Amino acid sequence: MKLLANILIDGIAYGMVLFIISVGLSITLGLMRFVNLAHGAFAMTGGYLAAWLVRVQGWPFAWGVLAAVLATGLLGALLEVLVLRRLFKRSELHQVLFTIGLTFLFVASANLVFGPEVQLIPLPSWLTSTVDIGVRAIPMQRLLVVGTGLLIVVLAAWLMNYSRFGIWLRATVDNTDAASALAIPVQRVYVLTFGVGAALAGLGGILGAELMPLEPFYPVKYLVLVLVVVVVGGMGSIAGSLVAALTLGTIDTATKYLASQWGSLFFFLAILVLLAWRPQGLLVRARASP
Amino acid sequence: MSLKSSLAIATLSLTIAAVPAAAQVKVGIIAPFSGPFAHYGVLFKAGAEAYIASQGGKLAGQTVELIYKDEGGPNPANTKTLAQELVVNDKVDYLGGIVFSPNAFAVAPVIQESKTPMVIFNAATSDITTKSDYYLRTSYTLWQVTVPIAQHAAKKGFKKVVTAVTDYAPGVDAENAFKAEFAKQGGQVTESIRMPVRTTDFAPFAQRIKASGAQAVYVFLPGGPPNLGFVKAYNENGLRAAGIEFLGTAETDEFDLQKFGDATLGLNTAFHYSAAHDSPANKTFLAALAKQNKDAVANYATVGAWDGMHVIHKMIEATGGKRDSDKAMAAAKTLKWESPRGPVSIDPTTRHITQNVYLRVVEKGPGGLLINREIQNFGQHADHGLGK
Repeated sequence: MKLLANILIDGIAYGMVLFIISVGLSITLGLMRFVNLAHGAFAMTGGYLAAWLVRVQGWPFAWGVLAAVLATGLLGALLEVLVLRRLFKRSELHQVLFTIGLTFLFVASANLVFGPEVQLIPLPSWLTSTVDIGVRAIPMQRLLVVGTGLLIVVLAAWLMNYSRFGIWLRATVDNTDAASALAIPVQRVYVLTFGVGAALAGLGGILGAELMPLEPFYPVKYLVLVLVVVVVGGMGSIAGSLVAALTLGTIDTATKYLASQWGSLFFFLAILVLLAWRPQGLLVRARASP
Repeated sequence: MSLKSSLAIATLSLTIAAVPAAAQVKVGIIAPFSGPFAHYGVLFKAGAEAYIASQGGKLAGQTVELIYKDEGGPNPANTKTLAQELVVNDKVDYLGGIVFSPNAFAVAPVIQESKTPMVIFNAATSDITTKSDYYLRTSYTLWQVTVPIAQHAAKKGFKKVVTAVTDYAPGVDAENAFKAEFAKQGGQVTESIRMPVRTTDFAPFAQRIKASGAQAVYVFLPGGPPNLGFVKAYNENGLRAAGIEFLGTAETDEFDLQKFGDATLGLNTAFHYSAAHDSPANKTFLAALAKQNKDAVANYATVGAWDGMHVIHKMIEATGGKRDSDKAMAAAKTLKWESPRGPVSIDPTTRHITQNVYLRVVEKGPGGLLINREIQNFGQHADHGLGK
């Protein structure tokens, strides 16, 4: 019983970290259909900025995080306007090549400016404490991640389904030309969405840093992990990403408790099974006709 | 021709004559200079060059040229090619460096055939030095530092200990070393946890260790992120509060140490070098290193390179700068010196370094920086890992 509780608690906490670091990608790759392999680079940018602001410049944690997330969003929007915009209509191969190149640029820059060491974001004391939740204690930081993850899902669902911007976005993604003919400001929709995607990536980089420490090779190291979450969750489905992250996180955690000698076998086996069962994504039923 | 211009020409020709001829001794250094492990290359370079600078720029009166090659990551075939290039094209007299054990193994046929002495600065698998008669090593092996800490755990009266190691060759090596020695001392390893290389969330393992009822946990993790993650999980899941003692080796290495913050305070490790080692030789080393490259960290990598160059220095001295591998090796096998880590010698049979192993505890040093303070000297240890 205790073991099951442990697996669930650690699994959900780990799954939420997976969700947080991949939610930005589920917007840029999932919603906007842009093969954004530079997602990790944005996440790293957010993390490095937060580390620099809080540790080196001595900003309070909350302000540092806020500024870093906004700056990452701005950088994303700027890149969209300057270069990425030209790639949306190009083939996936072009997008892959360009964003991978961009990733290497970020890796090398981080190495050059900050050096090869791991960058730590100092947490305020209320975040480093542990909370007793009855069965056992868990770190406060994990609770913050779980809370933030839930908040993002609720906000995203509202934005997509009930706000005018959500309607514009869905229309633009489905058929840019028609949307444009209907006087929807498609360019602005793209910039904003990409900016939000980059900002969320930055937030993920910051909050996920406890498990995925920030270092120059961060964007390459965790790329597979975030791609898996978005693909298993279904392109463009934020709730799907959440379900996928929690499922995979729990499976990975259960493996660690029960059969760690098998390494990551069950994690990848689960991906295989889930994709075979729901190739369009966990929450998306297979379309009746193509 | 005016007097002035002929004077100028005379001065010029004099200057040309004063330029030294090509270096008399060439040393090839193989280390990662690109990719995720590039910091090793920086540390080796700083350590080796600091040593030469500390000797006045020459070793045994000979000018020395260091030729660097990039080993990248674990890539045996590539490393073998690099060693061949150094030996055949650059005609180096000595080789040094190498971070990864698989790469070190790959070089064996090259140095055996060309009779080129090679000083390994890091690669820590025990039986590397048995693969060629021309290997020397100035780093450590996992058995060398693990056996003393297993003995220490037994002496402290621990009966039940869990091992938690990263699931790859060095981790398994470390697990075997601890288990074998701890059993010999009458203790029992109740559970051996192997953590997948890809692990980022260490909380489940911390909970397993806690649930096992062990009195201590012997840990082996590669440097960098996994290390930080495990120590964090150790604290956050209440293992420290429960009094489960942390027994490690390289986990609190100076390269990562400051990044941990206070999370490592009070952790115990057994290792052969601490930057806080209190001796004149270490002070000399620290000053020379800081002068060479102020960003270079004094740790096992820089001290491995420093001592490696010392061994090469003594080989050059013994051969007068001439290429005579057998004479050089014979001299190296009898070496005994005061290293920044303490008194050391080269074991003539294994050609591996014999050195003190210390028990250290992480503390706040002067200036608020974290240091590994040596609290007990386990005495001289040779490599315990051969034939295991």
